[in-house]
Amino acid sequence: MNFKRLFEPKTLAVIGVSLDNDRHPANVVYYKNHLRYPVEVFAVNPKGGRLQGEIVYSRVAEIPKAVDIAVIAVRAEFVPDILADCINSGVGGAAVISGGFAESGRRDLQDQVTAIAREADFPFIGPNCLGLYAPGRIDSFFLPSERFVRPEPGPVAVISQSGGILVDQMVKFAQEGVGLSMGISIGNKALVGEIELLEEFGRDDRTKVIAFYVEGFGKREGRAFVEAAARCPKPVIVLKAGKSALGERAVSSHTASLAGDYAVFSAALAQHGIVEARNEFELLSFCESLSRYQRSITGKIAIITGSGGHGALAVDACASHKLAVPTLLETDQAQLRERLSRSIRSIAALGNPIDLTGSALDDDFYQTAEFLSRTPDVDCLIVLLLPYLPGITSDLGARLSQLYLKEGKPLVAYVPRVEKYRMLIEGFELNGVPVSPSIEGAVLMAEAMRRCKPC
Amino acid sequence: MLTEAMRAILAEARQWGWVLEPEAKRLFALWGLPVPKFTWARDIGEALRFAEEIGYPVAAKVVSPEVVHKSDVKGVVAGIGGREELEEVFARFRALPGFKGVLVEEMAEGLELIVGAKVDHQFGPVILFGIGGTGVEIYKDSVLRMAPLTEKDADAMLTGLQARPLLEGYRGRDPVDRQGLTRFLLDFSRLVMTLEERITSIDINPLFCSSKGCIAADARITLPSFEGA
Repeated sequence: MNFKRLFEPKTLAVIGVSLDNDRHPANVVYYKNHLRYPVEVFAVNPKGGRLQGEIVYSRVAEIPKAVDIAVIAVRAEFVPDILADCINSGVGGAAVISGGFAESGRRDLQDQVTAIAREADFPFIGPNCLGLYAPGRIDSFFLPSERFVRPEPGPVAVISQSGGILVDQMVKFAQEGVGLSMGISIGNKALVGEIELLEEFGRDDRTKVIAFYVEGFGKREGRAFVEAAARCPKPVIVLKAGKSALGERAVSSHTASLAGDYAVFSAALAQHGIVEARNEFELLSFCESLSRYQRSITGKIAIITGSGGHGALAVDACASHKLAVPTLLETDQAQLRERLSRSIRSIAALGNPIDLTGSALDDDFYQTAEFLSRTPDVDCLIVLLLPYLPGITSDLGARLSQLYLKEGKPLVAYVPRVEKYRMLIEGFELNGVPVSPSIEGAVLMAEAMRRCKPC
Repeated sequence: MLTEAMRAILAEARQWGWVLEPEAKRLFALWGLPVPKFTWARDIGEALRFAEEIGYPVAAKVVSPEVVHKSDVKGVVAGIGGREELEEVFARFRALPGFKGVLVEEMAEGLELIVGAKVDHQFGPVILFGIGGTGVEIYKDSVLRMAPLTEKDADAMLTGLQARPLLEGYRGRDPVDRQGLTRFLLDFSRLVMTLEERITSIDINPLFCSSKGCIAADARITLPSFEGA
């Protein structure tokens, strides 16, 4: 199946615009693409007419240009005919937004649509979905522009069985500065599901990390998915909903009881090197980390901080995520001490966690991070930065990021996320170094690299 | 490869939805998985003859298509020391519903493990390995892998248990026969892949493992026609 025109469209037909209700989902999609995206947009409604002065075509066949993508938002029973029209008119692919298929008892209608598309090798997303969003290229989400929060273009593809979860995740991506290559809500995944998209984004040059929100797979579909993920050269992250045993029926064998649906799911992911996010916070942290660092670490962490308490909490978090915080050799500690400012030399604790104390300067953080970047006993640095310490300036984020670019040892930071500290945070983020608003999140970023096998 | 004899065992069991223990053990033995010396005694004379042949103590278990959970009806007795005791047990088992004889077998010992399989709807056949015994669902110390297992998978399963030190010889005890255990898991995985269309689950609990080897002391195979405990 060829997704090229569907994912890189130059022309878009929105089928099912309303001539009298401007809040109709199709109208929202029409306007936002017409006004804000570099695609040429055509409105379609059998009645024809005009929409804010623009022609409304009565059929897709009447559109004077080749249409790359059709967004279909008509009543379910009209979808088979509309889809056939699209195929006959040489459209490149479609997103079927309409509901009213398998999710509400009309599997027959869904099967009919799928058969038509499969016969013609015509890719369509959905039905019962939001479709796709690619920053700066295309947006089929029927969410009003002014309320929509857009992540920047970037390396993460997110594929979600739930449109709501996808949009929510995108809000968080935008907030944390995680870039998106494409977000796809696959809805009922009648024709195009996780496996097809995994393979497609595995080949896509923009995408470096592929993340999924999965509710469930069909018969043996899970097996095919994990096997495809194991072959994929990029990190794959999965958040699974429906982990609780509620509703799982009583079983007669010990094995069936211990190997419940979720236990099997989780084990199959781990066996194939897929990073399972246990909740949405982990999903965000893992995406942020792996979008910068597509590499595997053994999990030997150095923690650099200006506060003993932060160091202690980070050590606890590391332990609970099976990350080691090895004590530095005495000789290394002595060398490092030589590099520190005279004022903290006698009070800094350098065992690991490395507590540079509240009197530390930018230079002390830089020197320590540089030294540890060259220490083979450590394969990732977690820097806990407290911007209210008097010796720290807003330049430090950018300086530490430059250090990463020079030395190449993964570095993640914790900075409290308030507007006042924006400049410090931006220094990291503009250089692509991940920053978490919590200690736990920074530790999760390191864990992502430990758990990612194909990186 | 599934032999005629193995096919026949599964065909016969379809009426109950699960394979009775002596038949499941025969199937394992045909596949080359180690099981204790056993016999399915239909009468007391057969039971006594076999017990004398292999020597006391022996274990006895009720064979009945109506009794899936034998311990729940006190249908398992281990360490039977002599003739009189075996007669007593046999008589008691005879009164259990659906009685079809008694499984008499040699006593096995070692660390109690569980090896199992399940054909999962989403992921197909998966293998379970863990700490076994009657407390298996209390301790829940087990690991799962999609079948077929590679040698590397089997090795990772052995090291993945919380109770790993027990396998490696805890407090002066001999470590279990790691090679034998790995081989058991791989042979079992091959069996599961061969049977995947015909079964829903297999439980071997306990699998006794010691420094001398591993032996499947219990066996239950459920089939797609199984309707509940």
